[in-house]
Amino acid sequence: MNKLVIKNGFVVTENDITDILIENGLITEIKPFILIDGAAVIDATGLKVMPGFVDMHCHLREPGQEYKEEIATGTRSAALGGFTSVACMPNTNPVIDQQSVASFIINKSKTHGVVKVHPIGAISKGLKGEELSEIGELHGAGCVAISDDGRPLQSASLMKKALIYSAMFDIPVISHCEEMDLVDEGVMNEGYMSTILGLKGIPSIAEDIMVSRDILLAEYTGVRIHIAHVSTKTAVQLIRDAKLRGVKVTAETCPHYFSLTESACENFNTQAKMNPPLRTQADVDAVIAGLKDGTIDVIATDHAPHHPDEKRCEFSLASNGIVGFETAFSLAYTNLVKPGHLTIEKLVQKMCVAPAEILHLRVGTLAVGMPADICMVDTEKEYQVETAQFASKSKNSPFDGCTVTGAVVYTIVDGKVVVNQGKLTE
Amino acid sequence: MLSKKDLLGLRETSVEDIHQILEAAKQMKQIVLSPNKKAPHLQGKSIITLFYENSTRTRMSFELAAKYLGGVAANISTSASSVAKGETLIDTGKTLDVMGTDVIIMRHNFSGAPHLLAQHVNASVINAGDGMHEHPTQALLDMYTILEAKGDIKGLNVAIVGDVLHSRVARSNIWGLQKLGAHVSVAGPDTLMPVEIDKMGVKVYNNVEEAIEGADVVMGLRIQLERQKKGLFPSVREYAKFFGIDDRRLALAKPDALLLHPGPVNRGVEITSSIMDGDQSLIQDQVLNGVAVRMAILYLITRRGSNE
Repeated sequence: MNKLVIKNGFVVTENDITDILIENGLITEIKPFILIDGAAVIDATGLKVMPGFVDMHCHLREPGQEYKEEIATGTRSAALGGFTSVACMPNTNPVIDQQSVASFIINKSKTHGVVKVHPIGAISKGLKGEELSEIGELHGAGCVAISDDGRPLQSASLMKKALIYSAMFDIPVISHCEEMDLVDEGVMNEGYMSTILGLKGIPSIAEDIMVSRDILLAEYTGVRIHIAHVSTKTAVQLIRDAKLRGVKVTAETCPHYFSLTESACENFNTQAKMNPPLRTQADVDAVIAGLKDGTIDVIATDHAPHHPDEKRCEFSLASNGIVGFETAFSLAYTNLVKPGHLTIEKLVQKMCVAPAEILHLRVGTLAVGMPADICMVDTEKEYQVETAQFASKSKNSPFDGCTVTGAVVYTIVDGKVVVNQGKLTE
Repeated sequence: MLSKKDLLGLRETSVEDIHQILEAAKQMKQIVLSPNKKAPHLQGKSIITLFYENSTRTRMSFELAAKYLGGVAANISTSASSVAKGETLIDTGKTLDVMGTDVIIMRHNFSGAPHLLAQHVNASVINAGDGMHEHPTQALLDMYTILEAKGDIKGLNVAIVGDVLHSRVARSNIWGLQKLGAHVSVAGPDTLMPVEIDKMGVKVYNNVEEAIEGADVVMGLRIQLERQKKGLFPSVREYAKFFGIDDRRLALAKPDALLLHPGPVNRGVEITSSIMDGDQSLIQDQVLNGVAVRMAILYLITRRGSNE
C-alpha cells in the first residue's frame, strides 16, 4: 500500500498540531503521533495544513488558445498556488457547449494535468446568448456548472429559462454580471482615473443592474444562482439583502478586487486592465466587508492568461484579465488574514469548502475517507512576486514585484505530492 | 532643455518646463513673422509626424515648425502605411527609430498610445492629441496666447465651455493653466461632463452664464456633431441655445475678456460668427502662436543630450 504521513503540521480544520495518514490517495487517519513503518513522511513542522484550494473560476484556454495556456501549464500553475481542483470557463475554441469538448478537457487533464479539472459548460450555444446549449448532456459529460462568462446573457428571458432548465440537473448557473449597453466601449472603471486618463469608463451600475436582475430572476424562479467576481459596493449590498430574504444566491470575488483599486491603471498599465474593472477604495472595503460577514462565499481566481503581445499594446486594445493561481493565496493571506479581516479557518471556508459545496465536488475538507487533496503553507514567509517564475504560460499580472506574505510549500492531489518545497515534482 | 525625453501630457510636465517652452516661443514667433523664415535650430534633426487621426492645423503647424527651423520633416499617413496592414504601434515606432528619427509627433485615437510608443523608442515622442486624454501642445499654445495678451496667467479666471467629456484640449488646459496659477471653470451639459472632474481642481457648471461671469478668458470647445446620435444631447439647435457662446453670454465676462477656441469651429453652434470674428476673438492668433510654440517645443526637446 502507498502510504504517506504528514507530521506535526498545524491542521487548520482540526485547529491543532496533528498528523494525517494518507493511504492510496485517501485520508485514513487524522490524529497525533502516527508512526507507520515504510510510510513516506512529510515533516510539516511550522506549516499550516489545509484542504487543497478549489478554484471555481479560471480560464485554461485549451482547446483553442494554447499559445496563452494549456491544461498542462495551467494545472501546474494551479498546483503551485495550492489548488487541487479547478473549474474552467467555457470560452475556449470550440466553446464548451457540447459534451465532446467537455470530455476532451477532462481526458486531457487526466493525461497532461496535475490537478483535478472540471469544465464549466456554456449556457448558450457558442456563447452567443441566443439558444440554450445541451445542458443536460454537458452535465452528463462532467460539467459542474454553466456560465456564459465574459459574454454575459443580455436576454433576461433566456437567463430565466437557463435557470429553470439547469435546476433539473442541479447544476449552478454562474453569472458574469454586466449590462453591456452601459459598458458600451468602456475599458476601465468610470471615475476620477478614467476622467484624467481619458479612457472610456465602465460605470459600476453596469454590474449592479445585472446582479440585481439575476437575483430577481433567481428569486422568481426559486433556482439558485452564483454571481461571479463581485467588484462593486452596491453589488455586495444587493447580494447581502437577497440572502437576508432567502434568495438562493451565492457569490465570489477575486484577490484583485480586495487588493487593488483603479489607480493601478495609472500610466495606462494594461496589466491592471480586467473585467469587471478594478474599482475604488470604497468598493474594495465593501468587498472585504462582504467576505467578512459571509455575503461573499467564495474567493476564486479568474485566472485569465494572455500572451505578452495582448498586453503590450494600447490600453483600449489590451485583453482583459490577469493570471491568478500563483498569487491567490498569498494575496488573500496578506490582505485578508494578516490584517485580521478573516481567520485562516474562514479563508479555508472561502477557498475550499464553499466552492466545493456550490459545485457539488467531494473535496474541500480534511476528513477520514476524503480524497487526500491537501495544501500546506508557510504563513511566516515573506517574498516578492516574480511573474517570470510562474509555471503558467502567461505572465500577465499587476502584482509583479509586490511583497506578500504566505507561501504554498506542498500541494498533494489524491495522495500524490505535486508540489514539494514550493517546486513542481513533474 | 526639457527635463523629460517626451512631451506626453501637461499633468506630468513641470512648471519649469512649461515656462521654458513659453519663453522660447517668444523668439520663435519672431522667426515666423520675419520675411526670411529660416533658422538653424533643428539642422540635422529628423522629425516625423505619425497621425492615426485626421488633422489639418496641428499637423501643418508641426510640419512648418520643423521646416522653419531647418529640420527634416516627413509624414506618415495611416492609410498608405503598414499601419493599415495591422502592424503594431510598437513595431512601427521601432522602425522609425532605427531610421534615425529624432522626434515622433503622434496623434492617435486611443488614449495613452503616445505613452506606449515613448516606452519603446529612443526618439522623443510629442503627443499631438491622444483620444480623450491630452493635447499638450494645444494647451501650451493657448497658454502662450493668453500670456501674450494678458501679461500673466496667475490669478486669471478661465472658463472652458462645451464637450469637456471628450476633450483632450480641456484636460491639458486644466492641468497647465492651474500649474501657472489660473482659476479654471468648466461648463457644458452634464451628459458631456466627465465624472469627478471637480477632483482636478476645477469649478463645474451646467449653466454657461454662471461659468462665464467675470471670466478673463472664455475658451470654447469643439462639439462633434455625431455625439448627438449617441444621445448625449438632444439636438444641435438645443445645444446652441443652452451652451453656445454668443454676444450676450460673452458680455457677462470681463470687458477685456479673451475668446479662444482650438478649432475647427462649428459656427453658430459652440460660438456664433459675430463673436468669432469679433474683437475679443484670438482664434487666428492661436493658429499663428501654434507654430511658434511647436517650434519652441521641437527645439527644446531635441536639445536632450547636448551640452546646452
